[in-house]
Amino acid sequence: MDVSASVALATPRPRRGVALLPLGLALLAAAMLAGVLLGPARVTASGLFAALLDALGLAELPVEHARDAAVLGVVRAPRVLLGALIGSGLGAAGAAMQGLFRNPLADPGLIGVSAGAALAAVAAIVFGGSLFGATAGLVGLWMLPLAAFAGGLGATLLMARLGTVGGVTSVATLLLAGVAVNALAGALTGLLIFMADDRQVRDITFWTLGSLAGARWAQVPVVLLLVGIPSLMLCALARPFNALLLGEAEAFHLGTRVESVKRFAIVLAAIAVAAGVAFTGLIGFVGLVVPHLVRLGFGSDHRLVLPGAALLGGALLVLADLLARSLAAPAELPVGVVTALLGAPFFLWLLRRRAAGGAG
Amino acid sequence: MITRRMVLPAVAVAPLALARRARGATPTRIVSVGGAVTEAVFALGAGSHVVAVDLTSRFPAPVRDLPQIGYMRALAPEGLISLHPDLLLLSADSGPPQTIEVLRAAGAPLRIIPEEPSGPGAARKILAVAEALHLDGRPVADAVLADWVALDAPIAALPPVRALFTLSAARGAPLVAGRKTQADAMLRACGAANVAQGFEGYRPLSAEAAAQLAPEAVVMMSHALEETGGIDALLAIPALAVTPVARTRRVLAADGSYVLGFGPRAAHARRDLALLLHPGAALPPLPARSWT
Repeated sequence: MDVSASVALATPRPRRGVALLPLGLALLAAAMLAGVLLGPARVTASGLFAALLDALGLAELPVEHARDAAVLGVVRAPRVLLGALIGSGLGAAGAAMQGLFRNPLADPGLIGVSAGAALAAVAAIVFGGSLFGATAGLVGLWMLPLAAFAGGLGATLLMARLGTVGGVTSVATLLLAGVAVNALAGALTGLLIFMADDRQVRDITFWTLGSLAGARWAQVPVVLLLVGIPSLMLCALARPFNALLLGEAEAFHLGTRVESVKRFAIVLAAIAVAAGVAFTGLIGFVGLVVPHLVRLGFGSDHRLVLPGAALLGGALLVLADLLARSLAAPAELPVGVVTALLGAPFFLWLLRRRAAGGAG
Repeated sequence: MITRRMVLPAVAVAPLALARRARGATPTRIVSVGGAVTEAVFALGAGSHVVAVDLTSRFPAPVRDLPQIGYMRALAPEGLISLHPDLLLLSADSGPPQTIEVLRAAGAPLRIIPEEPSGPGAARKILAVAEALHLDGRPVADAVLADWVALDAPIAALPPVRALFTLSAARGAPLVAGRKTQADAMLRACGAANVAQGFEGYRPLSAEAAAQLAPEAVVMMSHALEETGGIDALLAIPALAVTPVARTRRVLAADGSYVLGFGPRAAHARRDLALLLHPGAALPPLPARSWT
């Protein structure tokens, strides 16, 4: 299905936008480098060198640097990779939802994916122990992510189904269906919290605040497949999204397959967000505000907004995670708290500056 | 000259009652997670080797000055590694499992200590900690178990009291311990019948349910009782005002980590709580232990 090339809008690329993608890439690379090199467990230059030589298979790891190599290779590297991928997924999905709903307040939460994932994750926390008994700890490594992914995707598909009448997905109906699915999932989650014991309630609370502390290499290929690829595919929908900015009817007359674009975008965003959230718990703010940051700085051409939001989202989550594990060391802050603390004031500052610039 | 230099620090570092070495060297940079686990490390005389503890470790007093690693169910892998521990003692209640898996993969020297809410469970906990420390835990574990068992028969002879254990009474609905809680196990061990048997874990109790359960006594965390505003304020809460407790006024304040820890102080906590529940009961005195 050729949705990406079906429209070639004759909008010239804004000049300052050309710098966005290299800038975003550089920012993401710098954030990832900082994420691997910095943190509460200090790694010396010689430790880094020894770990690099070992990773490249050039020299055997000296015993005194085993800890440095473990910190870099086992603890930080998968964490930074996962953060970059999941942040990109949240950013791209947020930009896609704002484009689809033509609403600046849209975020992936609107299509029920976060609420559905939360409901299933909470169910896994509350019932996991009694279903699997002593093996719950082991099963929990994959059971909770699997449940959260299925729950997020299931809620979105239910919502898309409710929002589609006679093969036509109406954005307005979709929004209302999303509100209803969110409310229903929220109520069922509340019911499960009522059934949970004290410790489970605390586990649930921490899950809803998000954390990358459980990142392991085994999760990287899964996230690459389920977050990385959908994010790239969302970026390929930039041209139809630009056409949608003019209105659905206009986009249709321009040759955009409006219905399949909408369905594609919703499913891709749901997969990317559900798979990310499955491993980290809920991470707010990135999906809502990162696309705005890009738009405030570089205009609303989706050819820039989508990849820009992906790169910036990845960079933001990696940096937020670096702060999350450094600020309260040896304890760790929930990363969702940091993304909001970091991003919201910056966003407000940008907003104020733009308002002042517009007035003057 | 040389000997003086070597002996002085050694004397300063050696804890007063470092339990007899079993085999291997006792780890010197211990991170201890879980209140009872930390108490066991101190009871075994290795307290001076602890470099950081979690939020639930509140006893003995010196632990409150140690670096904090935060809440035991939200462990930070890199934060723990940054402490350069040569032993990570984790209560089996620690989590999340993903983080423990990361620590394992990174080769962190971790040991999981089983949690069992009983006297023999407390002894096993002490033995497990001692083994990880390469110390002989039998003297401490045997003493705790002997103290615990000495109370078995006298407490069994007491008439059971219908009791309720509540964590907090904020927002008007007391959070009450049901089945499969440490509080439930401790109430039973102290000659009380936990009247809240209809659920597992902690639940807010409604006035109707409380009237049905008809407890004669309420055991409450002492700090929570203060926050509620004392006994009168607590008994004014509808859920308790309708119970016999409002008449008997038997609201018993207890230190949560003391009575629920099931660590080295388990037997002494059992005796203290049993005496609160059964005033004037003839319970044998327990010998003073260095760790209580």
